[in-house]
Amino acid sequence: MPNSPSDAPRRVTVQRKGPLLLEGPVEVELEDGTVVSSDRFRVALCTCRRSRRYPWCDTSHRDRA
Amino acid sequence: MSTWGTPKGVRNHAHAGVRAPSGYPDGMEHPRSEPLLPEPRGPLSRAVVDHLRGTGPLPPEEDIAAAPVYGDDLQLALYVCYELHYRGFEGVSPDLEWEPELLRTRAALERRFLTALRADARRHDGVDDALAGILVEPVDGTGVSHFLRDKGELWQLREYAALRSLYHLKEADPHAWVLPRLRGRAKAAMAAVEFDEYGGGRADRVHARLFADLMEDLGLDTTYGRYLDAACAELLVTVNLMSLFGLHRSLRGALVGHFATVEITSSPGSRRLAEAMRRTGAGPAAEHFYDEHVEADAVHEQVVRHDVIGGLLEDEPHLAPDIAFGVDATVFTEDLLGDRLLADWRAGRSCLRTPLPQEFTHNS
Repeated sequence: MPNSPSDAPRRVTVQRKGPLLLEGPVEVELEDGTVVSSDRFRVALCTCRRSRRYPWCDTSHRDRA
Repeated sequence: MSTWGTPKGVRNHAHAGVRAPSGYPDGMEHPRSEPLLPEPRGPLSRAVVDHLRGTGPLPPEEDIAAAPVYGDDLQLALYVCYELHYRGFEGVSPDLEWEPELLRTRAALERRFLTALRADARRHDGVDDALAGILVEPVDGTGVSHFLRDKGELWQLREYAALRSLYHLKEADPHAWVLPRLRGRAKAAMAAVEFDEYGGGRADRVHARLFADLMEDLGLDTTYGRYLDAACAELLVTVNLMSLFGLHRSLRGALVGHFATVEITSSPGSRRLAEAMRRTGAGPAAEHFYDEHVEADAVHEQVVRHDVIGGLLEDEPHLAPDIAFGVDATVFTEDLLGDRLLADWRAGRSCLRTPLPQEFTHNS
């Protein structure tokens, strides 16, 4: 149940290739329990696990040629 | 901490006070210093500069037709015309921004530039095709950021920052002009990214401010326009391209294509430049500027591709070839600049027209 009728669902954009896009700000709890936050208006979360800024996307998912 | 011997933020304006009177009644004249007019580099830029000083006629069409299109003279003449729309020049009436004769000259310069770009830039048919090429990371890249990451020396990083300051000290400004020409999703997304570029409402986070901080780490003068005389033609081409696209509603698709190209290529390039700044001990602000762009532009790329380009194509599908042209022209002009810089640096030469002062010591 939503807490209040005014709580709009939070949209998350998924892509087959590329990061998960969320509306910011967000807090992300990592596996070891640490919490990191981003106050950007849109946040790109790494899904390829190659990012050197994990959990944030750093475009490392791109094809290399 | 770094300490450098070069002064920053202070210039001695020898001819301050000769500003032409404003054409508007009761025009407010603030005692604020504008950039100095640059040294001319040929007949076109000399005529434009002299005209702004009120001492000469504008260049004849034949001269504009005869000048090398990507050369110093034509590009500087165009740059000076465009700069009237940003910050203007010391001693030049701000009303000259809309002087019909000057606009006629600017239009003639733009026609040469745009015709050349359409002929010389690689042309992709569709937006996806144009973007595909820059969405792939080369394994053994040979660009400027690869060079600086692997073997860039501090003097080369300083030259790079001095050159790029012509854009970064007005970062996001040329793209702001497109906002009134977009609607709905594209406008909202473009404004959101620009808001980020302008620091999200915080002056100390404005990207132009972050770049000035980087310049201070590198012992450079952060005065707007300070390195115009030092900048090679190829750098002027890259900034003129943004002004050309930004100032014309008819080129709004190309402007969006330009913005997308900058945002898409920025993140991996910024990572390499951040590594170059770290390796050379350039300083914390120098590292921070590029570190910030790694993450910020990874997000901006997504927003620009999905919502700015996506929204614009939904609204005005006929602009697809213009967006693709904007991408292709940006890649072409960045390649021109990159080739120039690497040719100079590999030969151990400065890429600047006037060398940077060397009287600093680096204590980091």
